[in-house]
Amino acid sequence: MTIQEIIKPENKVHSRPRLLTDNITHYCPGCGHGVVHKLVAEVIDELGLEDRTIGVAPVGCAVFAYNYIDIDWVEAAHGRAPAVATAISRLEPENVVFTYQGDGDLAAIGTAETIHAANRGENIVIIFINNAIYGMTGGQMAPTTLLGQQTATTPYGRRADLNGYPIKISDMLAQLDGTCYVTRQAVFTAAAARKCKGAIKKAFQNALAKKGTSVVEVVSNCPSGWKLTPEKANEWLKEHMTAKYPLGDLKDL
Amino acid sequence: MAKVQGAVTVDVNRCKGCDLCVVACPTDTLLLQPKEVNDRGYHFAFMANPESCIGCAQCATVCPDDCIEVYRVVLK
Ligand SMILES: Cc1ncc(C[n+]2csc(CCOP(=O)(O)OP(=O)(O)O)c2C)c(N)n1
Ligand code: SF4
Ligand code: SF4
Ligand code: SF4
Ligand SMILES: [Mg+2]
Repeated sequence: MTIQEIIKPENKVHSRPRLLTDNITHYCPGCGHGVVHKLVAEVIDELGLEDRTIGVAPVGCAVFAYNYIDIDWVEAAHGRAPAVATAISRLEPENVVFTYQGDGDLAAIGTAETIHAANRGENIVIIFINNAIYGMTGGQMAPTTLLGQQTATTPYGRRADLNGYPIKISDMLAQLDGTCYVTRQAVFTAAAARKCKGAIKKAFQNALAKKGTSVVEVVSNCPSGWKLTPEKANEWLKEHMTAKYPLGDLKDL
Repeated sequence: MAKVQGAVTVDVNRCKGCDLCVVACPTDTLLLQPKEVNDRGYHFAFMANPESCIGCAQCATVCPDDCIEVYRVVLK
């Protein structure tokens, strides 16, 4: 069979998700944010929630998430997405509300909002992109930065005596009675991305069933901040990030 | 025995030449254009060995820019 004979509508097995806009993202080549956006768009479409999902965008590289997934969005101040999501989900209980936050947003400036929203068991989904760095502002150390990891503010590598330890905030959130589901996923291979999509779907289903707070951490990359090619970044992620942040469910009630 | 044959299309202008589809492809079907670039200067992905594609969609699944659509036929 020729290529032209194969490339016909009836043979199509994978299309661009319907809910992604045509805008070309501002993300760097190979950045995991794009993969997670695609999974979120697919899940919302498959659950038929296009008209009743409200996203809360962060400050960080994903600040323009609202330009890429064609649903309703609110843009929160840095770190405040869980507080904004709290208000929306209480005022609009028929809608599904999720936040999309980086590690600087969720685990540094927004730590209080994150912990207290989860501890109140707000009926929201938190999608947490942990790339161990402040990507947007030029690659500074985040609380999640690994020991020894070089960043703009730890040029000789993160030191425990000077900078403290990488924080496993999802493990902390799993301890809280308000969370029903806390999982750590990744998107650096097709198999990992498919599993991650299943986790995002479960989190959205929990919100539909009003089970409380679901947290999907995605251990992701930042090729630009890490100063690696996308391929090397994903290898580094697999070797170092998943050692400190092991993949799998932390809690599933 | 049934044989699977696949093919992909790449949205050249969305592609950022990140190479992740090339790395993910189990059959070495894809490569980045060695010389040619798209409007934004990226060496975009293309089917260098189209006959080896099995339509598994791993390339499309890892593509951060959703450039790839996948087609598959089962030959009897
Ligand atoms: C109140 C406030 N403080 C600081 C900043 C600067 N700032 C913008 S993004 C960011 C961190 C982003 O890192 P992260 O949340 O990990 O997102 P990433 O870009 O890595 O996806 C910071 C500190 C800001 N915009 N607003
Ligand atoms: S700076 Fe890092 S996190 Fe931000 S778009 Fe680039 S690669 Fe992605
Ligand atoms: S569909 Fe599978 S075999 Fe074909 S190019 Fe993509 S990854 Fe390779
Ligand atoms: S993964 Fe997507 S953006 Fe990256 S080279 Fe392949 S087609 Fe282009
Ligand atoms: Mg970050």
